Amino acid sequence: MSLLKVTSPHAAGQNRVALVMRDVLFATVPGVLVLTGYFGPGTLVNIVFGGLIAVACEYAVTRWRGRDPMLAISDLSILVTSTLLCIALPPYAPWWLITIGVLTAVLLGKHVFGGLGYNPFNPAMVGYVVLLISFPVQMSAWAPPRGLAEVPGLSETFLHLFAPETIDAVTAATPLDLLRQNTGLLFDDLMSTSPELSGWGGIGWFEVNLAFLIGGLWLLYRRIFTWHAPVAMIMALAICALMGYDGGSSESGGSPLFHLFSGATMFAAFFIITDPVSSAVSNKGRLIFGALIGVVIYLIRALGNYPDAVAFAVLILNFCAPFIDHYTQPRVYGTGRPAS
Amino acid sequence: MSSTSYRQLTVNGLWKNNPALVQLLGLCPLLAVTASTVNALGLAAATLFVLVVSNASVSVIRSVVSDTIRLPVFVMIIAAAVTATELLMQAYSYELYQILGIFLPLITTNCIILGRADAFARKNPLPAAIYDGFMMGIGFGAVLVLLGIIRELLGTGALFADMQLLFGAGAESWRLQVFAVDYPFLVAILPPGAFLVTGCLIALKNQIDRSAEQRAQLKAEAPVAGSKRVRVTGTVS
Repeated sequence: MSLLKVTSPHAAGQNRVALVMRDVLFATVPGVLVLTGYFGPGTLVNIVFGGLIAVACEYAVTRWRGRDPMLAISDLSILVTSTLLCIALPPYAPWWLITIGVLTAVLLGKHVFGGLGYNPFNPAMVGYVVLLISFPVQMSAWAPPRGLAEVPGLSETFLHLFAPETIDAVTAATPLDLLRQNTGLLFDDLMSTSPELSGWGGIGWFEVNLAFLIGGLWLLYRRIFTWHAPVAMIMALAICALMGYDGGSSESGGSPLFHLFSGATMFAAFFIITDPVSSAVSNKGRLIFGALIGVVIYLIRALGNYPDAVAFAVLILNFCAPFIDHYTQPRVYGTGRPAS
Repeated sequence: MSSTSYRQLTVNGLWKNNPALVQLLGLCPLLAVTASTVNALGLAAATLFVLVVSNASVSVIRSVVSDTIRLPVFVMIIAAAVTATELLMQAYSYELYQILGIFLPLITTNCIILGRADAFARKNPLPAAIYDGFMMGIGFGAVLVLLGIIRELLGTGALFADMQLLFGAGAESWRLQVFAVDYPFLVAILPPGAFLVTGCLIALKNQIDRSAEQRAQLKAEAPVAGSKRVRVTGTVS
């Protein structure tokens, strides 16, 4: 009888990169469905087109770098990057916008630094910020929600990628835009006078955020990431919003509920800042990392020039992550204070 | 000085010790004015001129100036050279002088110039000092112009626009529209683009150096044909 020589651990690991990435992709499904339901198939088309570009680019780059392209593509990380970027892009974006964004994310966000696991910044957010700085007009053209305008069909949307005249360009201000442009209305009056602003976060936006929250909670249940960063970010954003609420005056920065359920808050909290590579490493570090992101998001939303601030906040804190790690080194068991 | 050390000066200035890519000196103008080729070229020429003049002057007076007061003296020399450059540019290319604005007088504080004066010119004879200044200036200017070309191309799809600012009215037709852009790729022209492109250039230089090193190592390790003293454990092709 021959004994198999197997060393521990004996159970197959659940944390292979491809499995983690697959779970993240699954978790975006409810959010994408709700986005499609309210704003039409634009986001869906973004994701499909962006994914194709991303895979092609990843294949070319890994080959050029002398790696195994199939191995790199099969870990699905590139699809997660492109999907997250394409969810953040406005629906019905032109093909060149998606292409430039995806190429920037893959090349400048990931491979310039050495590929998966070496990127100091979140690649999807690198792509988003480069687009936002370069093409502010296209990047702020968000579609109006169903009910306020006609929502185009799937085939029209695909044609629209390359022939912009297929769909009449209809854009609407997002709730965060409306809040920024508010001059003189009390917060409650603003909410009741603009048709886009019904509900807690505006038409569609509350449901979109709720869907991403559900997806994120499922990821938390699957132990893809720990609760620290998302909870810290949401708490910090809520506290900042509470301090800036100003009793709902015309100078109000918006209510805490509005900030939590509008814009990209939940999407950022569970899908962007939980990136294991570019965030802080220890649990204490993640608390600080997440909380500071929440603070920066609020500051830019309330005082800055851009309506939403997730991408900038994440990049700024990606910068700080090594610094946070340095000061939150856990104590090695059996030793005194960590060497710092 | 022998010819080999002149070759060393050349290699140092242009590649091995390139002020912009290796020493990372003078980053402020490097990042601020390279949004177009003509601006980069203008500042490159001004810096080159100041470097040569200051290196030459410092070398000439090197035995007279005592160590304790050398830095103020060097700064005065550099400031004089910069003022002369400024006046020259006002006279011959006034528009470019206005575009470059504060970055022209700021050449005085550019670390490359004081660095070369202190590290090289005050210890070396006149011809070598002039040559060093020239090569460092060319090395810096080459990176400036390369950055300008890349950023102008990415940002506007055109090359060599507005060259008449530097070369007179005849150069107006030099503008080359490489590809048409409906919307300018703003990030390339804005300051972040300067950081991004500079970072990529530095990475590229390091990569070229590294692969050259690897090739040299392989060559050195390769057994000499016919040698019986080399112990080989693999196959030799």
